[in-house]
Amino acid sequence: MPDQAPEDQQLLTWVPRLRRYARALAGNRDDADDLVQDTLERAWAKAGLWRGVADMRAWLFSIMHNLHVDGVRRPKLHTVTMDDDTPEVPVAPKQGERLAVLDLQAALDLLPVEQKEIVLLVALEDMAYADVAKALGIPIGTVMSRLSRGRERLRALMESRDQPVRLKVVRNTP
Amino acid sequence: MNENPAVTEAELHAYIDGQLPAARQREIEAYLRSRPEELLRLESFRAQRRELHALFDPVLDEALPQRLKQHAVQASHSRTPWYLQRLAAGVAIALISGATGWGLRAGLPPESVPVVAQGPAVVTMASATGFAQRAVVAHAVYTPDQRRPVEVDAAHEDQLIAWLSKRMGAPMKPPHLQAVGYALEGGRLLPGGQGPVAQFMYQDSAGAKLTLYVSNEIDDLGGAVASGKAAGGKNSDTAFRFAQQGAIKVFYWVDGPFGYAISADTDRAALTRVSSEVYRQLTAGR
Repeated sequence: MPDQAPEDQQLLTWVPRLRRYARALAGNRDDADDLVQDTLERAWAKAGLWRGVADMRAWLFSIMHNLHVDGVRRPKLHTVTMDDDTPEVPVAPKQGERLAVLDLQAALDLLPVEQKEIVLLVALEDMAYADVAKALGIPIGTVMSRLSRGRERLRALMESRDQPVRLKVVRNTP
Repeated sequence: MNENPAVTEAELHAYIDGQLPAARQREIEAYLRSRPEELLRLESFRAQRRELHALFDPVLDEALPQRLKQHAVQASHSRTPWYLQRLAAGVAIALISGATGWGLRAGLPPESVPVVAQGPAVVTMASATGFAQRAVVAHAVYTPDQRRPVEVDAAHEDQLIAWLSKRMGAPMKPPHLQAVGYALEGGRLLPGGQGPVAQFMYQDSAGAKLTLYVSNEIDDLGGAVASGKAAGGKNSDTAFRFAQQGAIKVFYWVDGPFGYAISADTDRAALTRVSSEVYRQLTAGR
Protein backbone atom coordinates (compact mmCIF):
# COMPACT_ATOMS: atom_id res chain seq x y z
CA MET A 1 0.00 0.00 0.00
CA PRO A 2 2.04 2.92 -1.19
CA ASP A 3 -0.09 5.58 0.41
CA GLN A 4 -0.08 3.95 3.81
CA ALA A 5 3.66 3.76 4.13
CA PRO A 6 4.16 7.50 4.43
CA GLU A 7 1.78 7.75 7.36
CA ASP A 8 3.50 4.88 9.16
CA GLN A 9 6.87 6.44 8.51
CA GLN A 10 5.78 9.97 9.18
CA LEU A 11 6.98 10.13 12.76
CA LEU A 12 10.27 8.53 11.88
CA THR A 13 11.24 11.49 9.75
CA TRP A 14 10.88 13.78 12.75
CA VAL A 15 12.90 11.70 15.17
CA PRO A 16 16.35 13.14 14.39
CA ARG A 17 15.10 16.67 14.96
CA LEU A 18 13.21 15.74 18.08
CA ARG A 19 16.38 14.12 19.34
CA ARG A 20 18.50 17.16 18.60
CA TYR A 21 16.14 19.43 20.48
CA ALA A 22 15.73 16.97 23.34
CA ARG A 23 19.48 16.60 23.67
CA ALA A 24 19.89 20.32 24.03
CA LEU A 25 16.97 20.49 26.44
CA ALA A 26 17.77 17.53 28.66
CA GLY A 27 21.53 17.83 28.50
CA ASN A 28 22.36 14.15 28.20
CA ARG A 29 21.67 11.42 25.73
CA ASP A 30 19.71 9.00 27.87
CA ASP A 31 17.28 11.49 29.34
CA ALA A 32 16.87 13.07 25.93
CA ASP A 33 16.04 9.78 24.24
CA ASP A 34 13.62 8.91 27.04
CA LEU A 35 11.91 12.18 26.31
CA VAL A 36 11.78 11.43 22.59
CA GLN A 37 10.39 7.98 23.27
CA ASP A 38 7.68 9.38 25.53
CA THR A 39 6.86 11.95 22.88
CA LEU A 40 6.48 9.27 20.22
CA GLU A 41 4.23 7.26 22.50
CA ARG A 42 2.02 10.21 23.16
CA ALA A 43 1.91 10.99 19.47
CA TRP A 44 0.79 7.45 18.67
CA ALA A 45 -1.75 7.53 21.44
CA LYS A 46 -3.21 10.58 19.74
CA ALA A 47 -2.74 9.24 16.23
CA GLY A 48 -6.44 9.73 15.61
CA LEU A 49 -5.80 13.46 15.62
CA TRP A 50 -3.14 13.44 12.93
CA ARG A 51 -5.48 14.27 10.13
CA GLY A 52 -6.42 17.48 11.88
CA VAL A 53 -2.84 18.47 12.57
CA ALA A 54 -1.79 21.10 10.06
CA ASP A 55 1.67 21.64 11.46
CA MET A 56 3.14 18.33 12.50
CA ARG A 57 6.31 19.94 13.78
CA ALA A 58 4.59 22.39 16.11
CA TRP A 59 2.36 19.58 17.32
CA LEU A 60 5.22 17.19 18.10
CA PHE A 61 7.32 19.84 19.78
CA SER A 62 4.32 20.84 21.80
CA ILE A 63 3.93 17.26 23.05
CA MET A 64 7.58 17.19 23.94
CA HIS A 65 7.31 20.52 25.71
CA ASN A 66 4.45 19.28 27.88
CA LEU A 67 6.23 16.06 28.77
CA HIS A 68 9.43 17.88 29.55
CA VAL A 69 7.76 20.43 31.76
CA ASP A 70 5.93 17.64 33.60
CA GLY A 71 9.15 15.71 33.94
CA VAL A 72 11.07 18.68 35.20
CA ARG A 73 8.49 19.44 37.81
CA ARG A 74 7.74 15.96 38.98
CA PRO A 75 10.86 14.92 40.88
CA LYS A 76 11.05 18.10 42.87
CA LEU A 77 9.61 18.48 46.28
CA HIS A 78 7.47 21.48 46.94
CA THR A 79 8.24 24.08 44.34
CA VAL A 80 6.57 27.06 42.87
CA THR A 81 6.55 27.63 39.17
CA MET A 82 8.75 30.56 38.40
CA ASP A 83 7.17 33.05 36.12
CA ASP A 84 8.40 36.17 34.49
CA ASP A 85 7.31 38.23 37.44
CA THR A 86 9.18 36.32 40.09
CA PRO A 87 11.75 38.69 41.52
CA GLU A 88 15.37 37.93 40.95
CA VAL A 89 17.95 38.44 43.61
CA PRO A 90 21.47 39.25 42.53
CA VAL A 91 24.00 37.00 44.15
CA ALA A 92 27.67 37.69 43.98
CA PRO A 93 29.43 34.80 42.29
CA LYS A 94 31.30 33.08 45.09
CA GLN A 95 34.39 32.07 43.25
CA GLY A 96 34.53 35.17 41.16
CA GLU A 97 36.74 34.75 38.17
CA ARG A 98 37.03 31.08 38.91
CA LEU A 99 33.68 30.44 37.35
CA ALA A 100 34.83 32.42 34.36
CA VAL A 101 34.00 30.69 31.17
CA LEU A 102 31.23 28.20 31.04
CA ASP A 103 30.84 26.00 28.06
CA LEU A 104 27.67 26.37 26.10
CA GLN A 105 26.03 23.23 27.41
CA ALA A 106 26.67 24.21 31.01
CA ALA A 107 25.40 27.71 30.35
CA LEU A 108 22.26 26.35 28.71
CA ASP A 109 21.54 24.24 31.75
CA LEU A 110 21.54 27.38 33.84
CA LEU A 111 18.80 28.99 31.82
CA PRO A 112 15.26 28.75 33.16
CA VAL A 113 13.54 26.08 31.14
CA GLU A 114 10.99 28.48 29.68
CA GLN A 115 13.76 30.62 28.23
CA LYS A 116 15.88 27.70 27.16
CA GLU A 117 13.06 26.14 25.15
CA ILE A 118 12.51 29.28 23.15
CA VAL A 119 16.18 30.00 22.51
CA LEU A 120 16.57 26.43 21.27
CA LEU A 121 13.47 26.27 19.09
CA VAL A 122 14.39 29.51 17.38
CA ALA A 123 18.04 28.61 16.92
CA LEU A 124 17.98 24.90 16.18
CA GLU A 125 14.62 24.57 14.49
CA ASP A 126 14.62 28.02 12.95
CA MET A 127 11.04 28.08 14.06
CA ALA A 128 8.91 31.12 13.28
CA TYR A 129 7.97 33.01 16.44
CA ALA A 130 4.30 32.34 15.78
CA ASP A 131 4.97 28.60 15.63
CA VAL A 132 6.95 28.74 18.85
CA ALA A 133 3.99 30.45 20.47
CA LYS A 134 1.71 27.73 19.16
CA ALA A 135 3.95 24.87 20.24
CA LEU A 136 4.38 26.24 23.74
CA GLY A 137 0.86 27.52 24.12
CA ILE A 138 1.87 31.07 25.06
CA PRO A 139 1.29 34.49 23.49
CA ILE A 140 3.83 35.71 20.97
CA GLY A 141 4.70 38.69 23.17
CA THR A 142 5.80 36.25 25.86
CA VAL A 143 7.88 34.39 23.29
CA MET A 144 9.68 37.59 22.39
CA SER A 145 10.38 38.69 25.93
CA ARG A 146 11.64 35.26 26.95
CA LEU A 147 13.77 35.01 23.83
CA SER A 148 15.36 38.32 24.66
CA ARG A 149 15.96 37.44 28.31
CA GLY A 150 17.22 33.99 27.42
CA ARG A 151 19.73 35.26 24.89
CA GLU A 152 20.93 37.98 27.19
CA ARG A 153 21.37 35.58 30.03
CA LEU A 154 23.16 33.07 27.87
CA ARG A 155 25.47 35.79 26.68
CA ALA A 156 26.17 36.91 30.23
CA LEU A 157 26.84 33.35 31.30
CA MET A 158 29.12 32.65 28.40
CA GLU A 159 31.07 35.82 28.81
CA SER A 160 30.77 35.81 32.59
CA ARG A 161 30.87 39.53 32.44
CA ASP A 162 30.42 41.87 35.34
CA GLN A 163 26.86 40.67 35.42
CA PRO A 164 26.24 38.88 38.71
CA VAL A 165 24.77 35.44 38.75
CA ARG A 166 21.10 35.83 39.46
CA LEU A 167 19.15 33.37 41.48
CA LYS A 168 15.41 33.24 41.53
CA VAL A 169 13.66 33.61 44.82
CA VAL A 170 11.54 30.56 45.29
CA ARG A 171 8.88 30.78 47.88
CA ASN A 172 6.90 27.93 49.22
CA THR A 173 3.22 28.44 49.02
CA PRO A 174 1.74 28.55 52.50
CA MET B 1 15.26 55.23 4.28
CA ASN B 2 13.15 55.83 7.33
CA GLU B 3 15.28 57.65 9.87
CA ASN B 4 12.83 57.13 12.69
CA PRO B 5 12.12 53.45 12.64
CA ALA B 6 11.22 53.05 16.36
CA VAL B 7 13.09 49.80 16.46
CA THR B 8 11.96 47.43 19.18
CA GLU B 9 13.95 44.74 20.96
CA ALA B 10 11.67 42.15 19.38
CA GLU B 11 12.51 43.46 15.93
CA LEU B 12 16.20 43.22 16.61
CA HIS B 13 15.79 39.54 17.40
CA ALA B 14 13.61 39.07 14.38
CA TYR B 15 16.36 40.76 12.39
CA ILE B 16 19.02 38.24 13.34
CA ASP B 17 16.58 35.37 12.98
CA GLY B 18 15.64 36.49 9.49
CA GLN B 19 11.98 36.82 10.44
CA LEU B 20 11.39 40.35 9.17
CA PRO B 21 10.03 41.49 5.83
CA ALA B 22 12.88 42.44 3.51
CA ALA B 23 12.11 46.16 3.63
CA ARG B 24 12.20 46.25 7.41
CA GLN B 25 15.32 44.15 7.43
CA ARG B 26 17.05 46.90 5.42
CA GLU B 27 15.77 49.59 7.73
CA ILE B 28 17.23 47.81 10.73
CA GLU B 29 20.53 47.44 8.94
CA ALA B 30 20.63 51.17 8.45
CA TYR B 31 19.65 51.74 12.07
CA LEU B 32 22.51 49.56 13.25
CA ARG B 33 25.11 51.25 11.11
CA SER B 34 25.32 54.08 13.57
CA ARG B 35 25.13 51.82 16.64
CA PRO B 36 28.22 49.63 16.80
CA GLU B 37 27.57 48.45 20.36
CA GLU B 38 24.13 47.27 19.51
CA LEU B 39 25.55 45.55 16.49
CA LEU B 40 28.08 43.79 18.70
CA ARG B 41 25.34 42.57 20.99
CA LEU B 42 23.34 41.20 18.08
CA GLU B 43 26.43 39.59 16.67
CA SER B 44 26.84 37.69 19.91
CA PHE B 45 23.28 36.38 19.54
CA ARG B 46 24.11 35.28 16.02
CA ALA B 47 27.14 33.52 17.41
CA GLN B 48 24.89 31.71 19.90
CA ARG B 49 22.82 30.38 17.04
CA ARG B 50 25.89 29.15 15.24
CA GLU B 51 27.36 27.57 18.34
CA LEU B 52 24.10 25.82 19.21
CA HIS B 53 24.02 24.32 15.74
CA ALA B 54 27.64 23.30 15.98
CA LEU B 55 27.01 21.64 19.32
CA PHE B 56 23.77 19.84 18.55
CA ASP B 57 23.55 19.31 14.81
CA PRO B 58 25.74 16.21 15.04
CA VAL B 59 22.78 14.55 16.79
CA LEU B 60 20.95 14.64 13.47
CA ASP B 61 23.49 12.28 11.99
CA GLU B 62 23.64 9.80 14.83
CA ALA B 63 22.22 6.38 14.17
CA LEU B 64 18.80 6.10 15.76
CA PRO B 65 18.58 3.78 18.74
CA GLN B 66 16.46 0.76 18.03
CA ARG B 67 13.89 1.64 20.66
CA LEU B 68 13.19 5.00 19.03
CA LYS B 69 12.89 3.43 15.61
CA GLN B 70 10.37 1.00 16.97
CA HIS B 71 8.38 3.66 18.70
CA ALA B 72 8.37 5.84 15.63
CA VAL B 73 6.91 3.30 13.24
CA GLN B 74 4.60 1.14 15.26
CA ALA B 75 1.11 2.03 14.32
CA SER B 76 -0.84 0.04 16.87
CA HIS B 77 0.19 1.95 19.96
CA SER B 78 -3.14 3.52 20.46
CA ARG B 79 -4.81 0.37 21.70
CA THR B 80 -3.73 1.05 25.24
CA PRO B 81 -4.82 4.44 26.48
CA TRP B 82 -1.77 6.39 27.42
CA TYR B 83 -3.05 7.15 30.88
CA LEU B 84 -3.03 3.45 31.64
CA GLN B 85 0.52 3.22 30.47
CA ARG B 86 1.68 6.21 32.35
CA LEU B 87 0.56 6.65 35.91
CA ALA B 88 1.22 10.16 36.86
CA ALA B 89 3.03 10.57 40.10
CA GLY B 90 6.52 9.57 39.21
CA VAL B 91 6.64 6.03 40.41
CA ALA B 92 7.59 3.31 37.96
CA ILE B 93 5.36 3.72 35.05
CA ALA B 94 4.22 1.37 32.40
CA LEU B 95 5.60 3.33 29.55
CA ILE B 96 5.87 0.52 27.17
CA SER B 97 2.74 -0.29 25.32
CA GLY B 98 1.48 -3.68 24.39
CA ALA B 99 2.54 -3.11 20.84
CA THR B 100 6.20 -3.51 21.64
CA GLY B 101 5.60 -7.06 22.69
CA TRP B 102 6.02 -6.98 26.38
CA GLY B 103 3.26 -4.93 27.83
CA LEU B 104 1.58 -7.42 30.09
CA ARG B 105 -2.11 -7.92 30.21
CA ALA B 106 -4.05 -9.39 33.05
CA GLY B 107 -5.98 -11.81 30.93
CA LEU B 108 -3.01 -13.86 29.87
CA PRO B 109 -2.07 -16.87 31.92
CA PRO B 110 1.21 -15.97 33.58
CA GLU B 111 3.08 -18.87 32.00
CA SER B 112 2.52 -17.53 28.56
CA VAL B 113 3.48 -13.99 29.32
CA PRO B 114 6.42 -13.06 27.14
CA VAL B 115 8.09 -11.07 29.85
CA VAL B 116 11.38 -10.75 28.12
CA ALA B 117 10.49 -11.27 24.53
CA GLN B 118 12.31 -8.13 23.57
CA GLY B 119 13.87 -7.04 26.78
CA PRO B 120 12.85 -4.07 28.85
CA ALA B 121 13.45 -0.46 28.11
CA VAL B 122 16.77 0.67 29.40
CA VAL B 123 16.57 3.82 31.43
CA THR B 124 19.27 5.78 33.13
CA MET B 125 19.46 5.80 36.87
CA ALA B 126 18.74 9.48 36.79
CA SER B 127 15.40 8.89 35.19
CA ALA B 128 14.64 5.69 37.02
CA THR B 129 11.99 6.25 39.57
CA GLY B 130 12.62 6.98 43.20
CA PHE B 131 11.80 3.57 44.52
CA ALA B 132 14.10 1.86 42.04
CA GLN B 133 16.92 4.12 43.11
CA ARG B 134 16.23 3.39 46.76
CA ALA B 135 16.18 -0.30 45.93
CA VAL B 136 19.65 -0.09 44.42
CA VAL B 137 21.00 1.84 47.37
CA ALA B 138 19.50 -0.67 49.79
CA HIS B 139 21.05 -3.46 47.78
CA ALA B 140 24.45 -1.79 47.82
CA VAL B 141 24.25 -1.12 51.56
CA TYR B 142 23.13 -4.50 52.84
CA THR B 143 24.50 -7.13 50.49
CA PRO B 144 28.17 -6.66 51.41
CA ASP B 145 27.34 -7.01 55.09
CA GLN B 146 28.98 -10.18 56.30
CA ARG B 147 27.47 -10.38 59.73
CA ARG B 148 23.99 -8.98 59.39
CA PRO B 149 22.91 -8.97 55.77
CA VAL B 150 19.34 -9.57 56.89
CA GLU B 151 17.38 -8.80 59.98
CA VAL B 152 15.41 -12.05 60.06
CA ASP B 153 16.95 -15.04 58.35
CA ALA B 154 15.34 -17.69 56.18
CA ALA B 155 15.31 -20.20 59.04
CA HIS B 156 12.57 -18.04 60.54
CA GLU B 157 10.69 -17.46 57.34
CA ASP B 158 7.31 -17.66 59.08
CA GLN B 159 8.27 -14.90 61.47
CA LEU B 160 9.69 -12.87 58.62
CA ILE B 161 6.45 -13.15 56.68
CA ALA B 162 4.29 -12.32 59.68
CA TRP B 163 6.39 -9.35 60.65
CA LEU B 164 6.73 -7.78 57.22
CA SER B 165 3.08 -8.43 56.36
CA LYS B 166 2.00 -6.70 59.53
CA ARG B 167 4.22 -3.70 59.03
CA MET B 168 3.49 -3.39 55.34
CA GLY B 169 -0.22 -3.89 55.81
CA ALA B 170 -0.35 -6.53 53.08
CA PRO B 171 0.75 -10.14 52.72
CA MET B 172 4.50 -10.23 52.10
CA LYS B 173 5.52 -13.67 51.07
CA PRO B 174 8.94 -13.97 49.48
CA PRO B 175 8.90 -15.83 46.18
CA HIS B 176 10.88 -19.05 46.01
CA LEU B 177 13.66 -18.76 43.51
CA GLN B 178 15.47 -22.09 43.76
CA ALA B 179 14.33 -22.84 40.24
CA VAL B 180 16.42 -19.95 39.00
CA GLY B 181 19.33 -20.69 41.31
CA TYR B 182 18.73 -18.43 44.29
CA ALA B 183 17.96 -19.40 47.87
CA LEU B 184 16.24 -17.08 50.32
CA GLU B 185 18.60 -15.67 52.89
CA GLY B 186 16.12 -13.54 54.78
CA GLY B 187 14.72 -10.06 54.81
CA ARG B 188 14.34 -6.76 56.56
CA LEU B 189 12.14 -3.75 56.89
CA LEU B 190 13.46 -0.45 55.56
CA PRO B 191 12.27 3.11 55.36
CA GLY B 192 11.02 3.98 51.90
CA GLY B 193 9.98 7.34 50.56
CA GLN B 194 7.01 7.68 52.88
CA GLY B 195 6.77 4.54 54.94
CA PRO B 196 8.06 1.02 55.31
CA VAL B 197 9.31 -1.12 52.46
CA ALA B 198 10.39 -4.75 52.51
CA GLN B 199 13.67 -6.13 51.28
CA PHE B 200 14.21 -9.84 50.70
CA MET B 201 17.70 -11.12 50.12
CA TYR B 202 18.71 -14.21 48.19
CA GLN B 203 21.99 -15.77 47.25
CA ASP B 204 23.14 -18.27 44.68
CA SER B 205 25.46 -21.22 45.26
CA ALA B 206 28.50 -19.02 44.65
CA GLY B 207 27.33 -16.53 47.27
CA ALA B 208 26.23 -13.83 44.79
CA LYS B 209 23.41 -11.76 46.23
CA LEU B 210 20.14 -10.63 44.83
CA THR B 211 17.54 -8.46 46.51
CA LEU B 212 13.85 -8.02 45.96
CA TYR B 213 12.54 -4.69 47.14
CA VAL B 214 8.81 -4.31 47.60
CA SER B 215 7.18 -0.96 48.07
CA ASN B 216 3.51 -0.36 48.58
CA GLU B 217 3.77 3.39 48.29
CA ILE B 218 2.57 3.14 44.76
CA ASP B 219 -1.05 3.74 45.63
CA ASP B 220 -0.11 7.37 46.12
CA LEU B 221 -0.63 7.54 42.42
CA GLY B 222 -4.17 8.38 43.27
CA GLY B 223 -6.17 9.58 40.31
CA ALA B 224 -4.24 7.91 37.58
CA VAL B 225 -4.57 4.51 39.14
CA ALA B 226 -8.18 5.08 39.93
CA SER B 227 -8.96 6.01 36.37
CA GLY B 228 -7.01 3.01 35.17
CA LYS B 229 -9.08 0.83 37.40
CA ALA B 230 -12.27 2.35 36.20
CA ALA B 231 -11.35 1.94 32.58
CA GLY B 232 -9.62 -1.41 32.66
CA GLY B 233 -11.39 -3.06 35.55
CA LYS B 234 -8.07 -3.81 37.12
CA ASN B 235 -4.89 -1.86 37.33
CA SER B 236 -2.74 -4.56 35.90
CA ASP B 237 -0.93 -3.01 33.00
CA THR B 238 2.62 -3.67 33.98
CA ALA B 239 5.76 -2.82 32.19
CA PHE B 240 9.27 -3.76 33.08
CA ARG B 241 12.06 -1.32 33.17
CA PHE B 242 15.71 -1.83 33.53
CA ALA B 243 18.30 0.48 34.94
CA GLN B 244 21.87 0.22 36.00
CA GLN B 245 24.02 1.97 38.51
CA GLY B 246 27.64 0.94 38.49
CA ALA B 247 27.70 -2.82 38.50
CA ILE B 248 24.26 -3.15 40.03
CA LYS B 249 21.43 -3.73 37.67
CA VAL B 250 17.84 -3.28 38.64
CA PHE B 251 14.75 -4.58 36.99
CA TYR B 252 11.57 -3.00 38.23
CA TRP B 253 7.88 -2.76 37.60
CA VAL B 254 4.63 -1.70 39.11
CA ASP B 255 1.81 -4.09 39.64
CA GLY B 256 -1.36 -2.82 41.22
CA PRO B 257 -0.46 -0.96 44.40
CA PHE B 258 3.03 -2.45 44.59
CA GLY B 259 6.33 -1.55 43.10
CA TYR B 260 8.90 -4.33 42.78
CA ALA B 261 12.59 -3.92 42.14
CA ILE B 262 15.06 -6.74 41.75
CA SER B 263 18.70 -5.77 42.07
CA ALA B 264 21.80 -7.82 41.49
CA ASP B 265 25.29 -7.61 40.17
CA THR B 266 24.73 -10.13 37.45
CA ASP B 267 24.06 -10.11 33.77
CA ARG B 268 20.86 -8.84 32.40
CA ALA B 269 19.65 -12.17 31.04
CA ALA B 270 19.98 -13.80 34.47
CA LEU B 271 18.21 -10.90 36.11
CA THR B 272 15.46 -11.10 33.56
CA ARG B 273 14.95 -14.80 34.27
CA VAL B 274 14.63 -14.09 37.97
CA SER B 275 12.23 -11.25 37.33
CA SER B 276 10.04 -13.41 35.14
CA GLU B 277 9.93 -16.03 37.84
CA VAL B 278 9.07 -13.51 40.54
CA TYR B 279 6.36 -12.05 38.38
CA ARG B 280 5.01 -15.51 37.61
CA GLN B 281 4.75 -16.43 41.28
CA LEU B 282 3.18 -13.14 42.25
CA THR B 283 0.49 -13.38 39.62
CA ALA B 284 -0.06 -17.11 40.10
CA GLY B 285 -0.91 -16.43 43.71
CA ARG B 286 -3.90 -14.31 42.82
